[in-house]
Amino acid sequence: MADYEERPLLDDDAGPLIRPYMASGGRTTPSASLDLLTLVWGTGRVALSHVEPEHAEVLLLCKDPISVAEISAHMRLPAMVIKVLVSDLLERGAVAALSPDPSADTTNTTVLEALLNGLQRRL
Amino acid sequence: MAYNGDFEAAEPRSQGLPTALKLLVAGGFGAGKTTFVGAVSEIEPLSTEETITTASIGTDDLTGVGDKRTTTVALDFGRITIDSQYILYLFGTPGQDRFWYMWNELSEGAFGAVVLADTRRLEDCFPSLDFFERRGTPFIVAVNEFEGGHDYGPEEVRAALDLPPGVPIVGCDARDPRSATMVLVTLTKHLISAASATV
Repeated sequence: MADYEERPLLDDDAGPLIRPYMASGGRTTPSASLDLLTLVWGTGRVALSHVEPEHAEVLLLCKDPISVAEISAHMRLPAMVIKVLVSDLLERGAVAALSPDPSADTTNTTVLEALLNGLQRRL
Repeated sequence: MAYNGDFEAAEPRSQGLPTALKLLVAGGFGAGKTTFVGAVSEIEPLSTEETITTASIGTDDLTGVGDKRTTTVALDFGRITIDSQYILYLFGTPGQDRFWYMWNELSEGAFGAVVLADTRRLEDCFPSLDFFERRGTPFIVAVNEFEGGHDYGPEEVRAALDLPPGVPIVGCDARDPRSATMVLVTLTKHLISAASATV
């Protein structure tokens, strides 16, 4: 685990104590094409202590595959900031990512049947 | 699209990764979208802010910097693990009409949508209905039964919304996980029959 000083300044009551785009160095465009539903997971090849605090926070969250949307919600930073941070980590090989297939068939009945079964099990 | 990294650790992992599926929850402001997403989600409902690019049609362009601007909107979302292969993500669309343009981005890859209706303000869901009809995204209408709301039958709601006969209408209590999950079951059945009809 990163020690306290490696974590960004977050306070549950006050919210982030830094302006959101400070975390991405003012950048608003990620270098990789990432979606809210892109799954990100750590490769374990870059140590937490070798990345910036905000990047370390992302790395800590993606020990298991997690969506960009969830990282954004947990870090309370806009999705675009997370996309910039994730693309930095991708370039360094610290994480891998899998984006939804834009050509995926949304009328695939095999997928829809699996969805139906999964939902019915919850009733 | 898989990320083409040449990291040993990445490759075996990506084999067993679940596929993310997306459904949308739309409706007017205050129709219960956040409540609905929270009721069915296995994680506490989360929200994110997404930056979107839009042409400045219909908005005041005070700067004259061109016809593109970016806006940040808040989105609610929830997650349901379907099985080892699939994870369902639910996104609540922004309630204010002026954010309709971002639905294009959000609708990309969505399997279908639930339009939540509040019988006290049925007209609030018109923009959602128009949008999904235009886009060809299959949807159902779920009437969120608020206390103090009028108790209309499905056919009365259908007539009021001018919905085609093929679009299912169900009642629900957006606060109740079972009721909200039933809405998703109805939607998925509708998606299956719509998919079979187009083959």
